[in-house]
Amino acid sequence: MAELRQSLSLYRFLIAARVRAQLQYRTSFAIETVAAFLISFLDFVAILIIFSNVTQLGAWSVAEVALLYAVATLAFAFTDLVIGHLDGFPGLIRDGNFDLMLVRPKGTLFQVVTGDFQLRRLGRVAQALLVLAYALSALSIDWTPDRALVLALAVPSGVLIYGSVWVAVICVAFWTVEGREAANAFTYGGAFLAQYPINIFDRWLRTFLGYVVPMAFIAYFPALHVLGKTDPLGLPAVLQVASPAVALAAAFIASVVWRFAVRHYQSAGG
Amino acid sequence: MRLDTLRLDWELARRGYARYAAYPAATVAGVFVNTVFGFMRAYILLALFEQRDRIAGYDASATVTYVWLGQALIMSIYIFGWQDLALRIRSGDIAGDLIRPVHPLRASLAFDLGRALYHSIYRGLPPLLIGALVFRLVLPAGPLEWLAFAVSVLLAVVVSYAFRAIYNVVAFWTTDHRGAMFLGAIAVNLFSGFIVPVAFFPDWLAAIARATPFPSMVQLPIDIFIGRATGVEVLGILVVQLGWAVVLLFVAERLFAFGVRRLVVQGG
Amino acid sequence: MALIEVEGVAKDFVVHRARGRFRRERITVHAVQDLTFSVERGTILGYIGPNGAGKSTTVKMLTGILVPTAGRVSVGGLVPWDERIALARRMGVMFGQRVQLWWDLPLVDSLELLRHMYRVPADRYRDTLAALREALDLDPFIRTPVRQLSLGQRIRGELAAAMLHDPEILFLDEPTIGLDVVAKQRVRELLLRANRERGVTVMLTTHDLADIERLCSRILIIDHGRLIYDGDVNALKERYGTERVLVVDLEEPQGPLVVEGGRVIKVEGPRQWIAFERSRTNAAQLAAAVATRASLRDLTVEEPEIDDVVRRIYLETRP
Repeated sequence: MAELRQSLSLYRFLIAARVRAQLQYRTSFAIETVAAFLISFLDFVAILIIFSNVTQLGAWSVAEVALLYAVATLAFAFTDLVIGHLDGFPGLIRDGNFDLMLVRPKGTLFQVVTGDFQLRRLGRVAQALLVLAYALSALSIDWTPDRALVLALAVPSGVLIYGSVWVAVICVAFWTVEGREAANAFTYGGAFLAQYPINIFDRWLRTFLGYVVPMAFIAYFPALHVLGKTDPLGLPAVLQVASPAVALAAAFIASVVWRFAVRHYQSAGG
Repeated sequence: MRLDTLRLDWELARRGYARYAAYPAATVAGVFVNTVFGFMRAYILLALFEQRDRIAGYDASATVTYVWLGQALIMSIYIFGWQDLALRIRSGDIAGDLIRPVHPLRASLAFDLGRALYHSIYRGLPPLLIGALVFRLVLPAGPLEWLAFAVSVLLAVVVSYAFRAIYNVVAFWTTDHRGAMFLGAIAVNLFSGFIVPVAFFPDWLAAIARATPFPSMVQLPIDIFIGRATGVEVLGILVVQLGWAVVLLFVAERLFAFGVRRLVVQGG
Repeated sequence: MALIEVEGVAKDFVVHRARGRFRRERITVHAVQDLTFSVERGTILGYIGPNGAGKSTTVKMLTGILVPTAGRVSVGGLVPWDERIALARRMGVMFGQRVQLWWDLPLVDSLELLRHMYRVPADRYRDTLAALREALDLDPFIRTPVRQLSLGQRIRGELAAAMLHDPEILFLDEPTIGLDVVAKQRVRELLLRANRERGVTVMLTTHDLADIERLCSRILIIDHGRLIYDGDVNALKERYGTERVLVVDLEEPQGPLVVEGGRVIKVEGPRQWIAFERSRTNAAQLAAAVATRASLRDLTVEEPEIDDVVRRIYLETRP
């Protein structure tokens, strides 16, 4: 317990130091934050353009899709804020800087996760919050305590799922640095998929990137429960409240994969 | 044009090609990502056709073809932020380029064309082939249409390059060029029709898009490929693309010249 | 038991090499073979050898970065790769070429961060930092972002980072590289004081002979993955450190010169390399002797390179 508290205070200190350093360049920070906002907004613009041509997408209305989009994007935005720098991890290994993490008295995953913090990524968070506000106001949701709970838990569960997937796929960097871009198919690809109702995707893609890589549990299943909507796929209702459990399982799997990958690194040669 | 300057262009293009051919694993990884996104975008747009048979003259097959072509073109026209030139300006390396006997923009363009050729073949064809295996794609009617498409892609790359050069050249005037780069990339992503066909835009947005050079990068070449433009319309498209290429290259060159003058006067 | 114990340690790497256009062959590289030595607490140990000899591989195994293919390692009673975090608390590591400080943060923030990581109590940190700031003259740049520091400044910052939690053992890889003469001296004094006053054990990889002479009581020499010398520095100095080479440029090429106290080891046109023992003669005398036998155009004096010393030892110890 003391270890956890110490880790958290260390992380807090790191974030503070980084934020201090980043705020020193006010204009750059402002530009990058606005850019982050606009770039992520493009995805929602695509949805709006789509709905200027039809009223339903796979039996979901524009406000319902907006809810999916908002939850998925909000979760991804927070994940990106915390571990977006994982994309640079292969470069870290190639430069031999991972060795330096092995000689410090802290877990390697902790060091990698806390290795950076980019305040500008709040731009995406802001965008997601705006769309969420729109969705919630446009939908007439019959609020009950369990629905509120499911929605509230959806974002943290989503963060944990995205984070776990990101960590697990970036481990490929321990074997090959050049091919690391393949991980994007799961991280950014998964994030893209989760914004949409998964029933529009063919079964193989749904299975692969929706259940095995559990992207469907980030927005789709919780949204069904919150909206009280009949699942177009007709799947068991229990899945709609399973996100937190899936998130914990994903985190466990990711930590196992990481440990295995680090051990391989130590054996095969730094 | 003299023979030796053409020879130089060729050498630069070769280097541009080789620079990216040196990392086959990265290319394979990129193709994988493009393919996954291709499938996702295809299914998303296909879902629209559960509601309607045709949208803006596209049927389901043409739309799916559009998606896969978009994925195939993604690297050739480099819709992401590009900052090679801006970085050279910021670091001062551009001074060395200015001494050489070829205009830096021309050298950069030649290099980029070589790069685009590599990407067209190795990042372009594989996703297209995979898409063709799974979906029913619309293909060009005959060799003339294929040729027109190839020319259109070439022009698209030039238009794209000129635009990228423009938002890079701002580095002469500002220490942080990335704002311009982000705005440029955003504009290209949206108005080229990469994310969603321009034809699907609501009328007012489509009108804005058509006033910009961006559809020349994605929407127009694809319209030739799927036969949405035929006969003299194809020529019309090529003329539009050529026009934008000329205009943007001119603007880029002028801005560059102003920038160089400022550099020389201020002593970079 | 000794602080560091290494027994029969070997490390193999599997490397893929392209063979023709499509085939790849797997080659096993024996980076380190049959390494055995032990280090008592309070020693300052120099670990030298040519590039590629296996020095960094050894250090990586001692610090928990690599797992050996065979053999036993114990540092402070711990198995480095199994008890990585426990060992990390007690050791300080510095790799001259790698930057362990946070690139975009001011140096002082990096040090503060490490203080938290190593859980150094506030008052002890204050005292240690003050001592380090003075010894390494950090104040002029302690608030500068690390990426803006010169090489020498960065090295000093890294050294402070390695020492601020008062480790009982230090692994330093090229700690004086890029430093001017004054700074080098300060670093050496810092290490000597830590060793003398607090019994800090130091394992130092270096190419700088002066470091070895001033700091180390013991030397390990490794070449091609094998330990070829394990002994004290004085013996090494006696054998090889006192030899110098006088390089003379003659007006015209000649046969090897015969001079009292000198031994010609190489001839290249008008240039000759003459080795001599510093105890028996000196450069001035030798040059004078050469001048009586030939027309001298120019001359320089060379110190023996570590590589030469190592090569010589290797030649001698080869069966």
